[in-house]
Amino acid sequence: MMIQGKAWKFGADVDTDAIIPARYLNTSDPAELAKYCMEDADPEFANKVKPGDVIVADKNFGCGSSREHAPIAIKAAGVGCVIAKSYARIFYRNAFNIGLLIFESPEAADGIKEGDEISVDPGQGLIKNLTRGEEYRATPVPDFMQQIIAAGGLIDYVSQRLKK
Amino acid sequence: MSMTITEKILAAHAGAETVEPGQLVNVKVDLALGNDITAPVAIREFERIGVETVWDRDRVVLVPDHFVPNKDIKSAEQALQLREFARKHNLTNYFEVGRMGIEHCLLPEQGLVGPGDLVIGADSHTCTYGGLGAFSTGVGSTDLAAAMALGETWLKVPESIKFVYHGELPRWVSGKDLILYTIGQIGVDGALYMAMEFTGPAVEGLSMDGRLTMANMAVEAGAKNGIVPPDEITRRYVEGRAKRPYTFYSSDPDARYTKVYEFDVSKLEPQVAFPHLPENTRPVSEAGDVAIHQVVIGSCTNGRMDDLRIAAEVLKGHKVNDNIRLIVIPGTQDIYLQAMKEGIVEQFINAGAAVSTPTCGPCLGGYMGILAKGERSLATTNRNFVGRMGSPESEVYLCNPAVAAASAVLGRIAAPWEVE
Repeated sequence: MMIQGKAWKFGADVDTDAIIPARYLNTSDPAELAKYCMEDADPEFANKVKPGDVIVADKNFGCGSSREHAPIAIKAAGVGCVIAKSYARIFYRNAFNIGLLIFESPEAADGIKEGDEISVDPGQGLIKNLTRGEEYRATPVPDFMQQIIAAGGLIDYVSQRLKK
Repeated sequence: MSMTITEKILAAHAGAETVEPGQLVNVKVDLALGNDITAPVAIREFERIGVETVWDRDRVVLVPDHFVPNKDIKSAEQALQLREFARKHNLTNYFEVGRMGIEHCLLPEQGLVGPGDLVIGADSHTCTYGGLGAFSTGVGSTDLAAAMALGETWLKVPESIKFVYHGELPRWVSGKDLILYTIGQIGVDGALYMAMEFTGPAVEGLSMDGRLTMANMAVEAGAKNGIVPPDEITRRYVEGRAKRPYTFYSSDPDARYTKVYEFDVSKLEPQVAFPHLPENTRPVSEAGDVAIHQVVIGSCTNGRMDDLRIAAEVLKGHKVNDNIRLIVIPGTQDIYLQAMKEGIVEQFINAGAAVSTPTCGPCLGGYMGILAKGERSLATTNRNFVGRMGSPESEVYLCNPAVAAASAVLGRIAAPWEVE
């Protein structure tokens, strides 16, 4: 499945409080969380973002809390995938576990500008900048993580394992 | 093959002779922890797995601490989910309001975690237990759900960075300052995915409370875990307290480290982290004239007995400044009670502070001290991100309890020696 949408750029060290502030953590309802996605980094983001759009950020995206509400909010807001130079480790795990597509690509994070039209081929890890006619490669996803994705997320992976 | 303490604990829990950095291992967990924010999601995912009950009712620990005593109706519903799950599965270690504490203060105190343990928790500050010589790390709710069913999780063996702190710590300088200084040196992703091993005379001289504080903030440098090699201080802390057998591990002399940092901390000053990242540290004497509105002493970072004692010592004979709200939050009921016995609670109240029942509350902008637009708080907590304690247009500064107390007296960021 190809992803295509507009790029929304963010800086370095975007923390989980910026992605979903704790004042909204009295619920875990994805639709509710989506309304406040990225609120403390860009208060208008949830209104502006369209299905398939892409978040493009600098290093250490998702640092801070372990709240899975952060990738849940991004996914429920309709974001197609996240592209960053690097990720904080708990966010990285959580994104795979809940099925939010994320890609690590320093060259894409540098090359893509706000508003660029981006298409991503998740299987190939190939990111195309349709606005600028550029292509970037994402760091390959470790095999084990690919198995989790193929199973449909960690819970399905575990259920399948228990049934064997 | 020579290994670090982190590698040895992972190997032992993977049932392997040795492990090496980069290797993916399936490990048995000794304890799996969730709180009132993360456990509701974990419970939802757990119920999708299709197992009857949890893998071990003694080892799945639920601590409602973030928004309890319930701050609003939705929080009450989340706390209720934990309570009902704990009853349904007959969990031994569910801690109700009035018997609870901030999870990372509570678990070591209750002897639920010991040296050599492998603990995962759906809370990023689960890395705190490294202070005891355990491997512990934060995960998300789905990872917690899987561990609740299996008693296992998968981990990538991290590379280790060794930190050696030389010299004796000056007065008023604590574990909090060592970790803030370190994050200031290496940055908020300076130890990304790695193990931070804290060693050297200055660390060996820290009490258990100080060590837990240090390990607590390893995640603020991006680390997977922080760990202090266990010693006599560890032994004295866990003896008579630990509810399970424990094992002391130590790094081999020729263990491999990705990096080694050596710091002389004999002249280190208390540190203050300026907004909006924990890496923005300065010595307190270089803080300048920063007027503040609120001071918070508490949290899983600095809500322990040592922290309250030193804050009370600084406050002695002083009143909280007219322009300051001082909020003190003991980390657990036992700490609260001990502080009462020692006259510390009375001292805080007489000085003009508010003393609260244990809760994470203001640290994550939950309740019990939310900031208005334009307000500044100095706090002994762990994060000073935009909007962390309230309005996205407020500011949080991080420091140790002695600096917090002195600043509460003077109404600006101040050093403890200014009120002596």
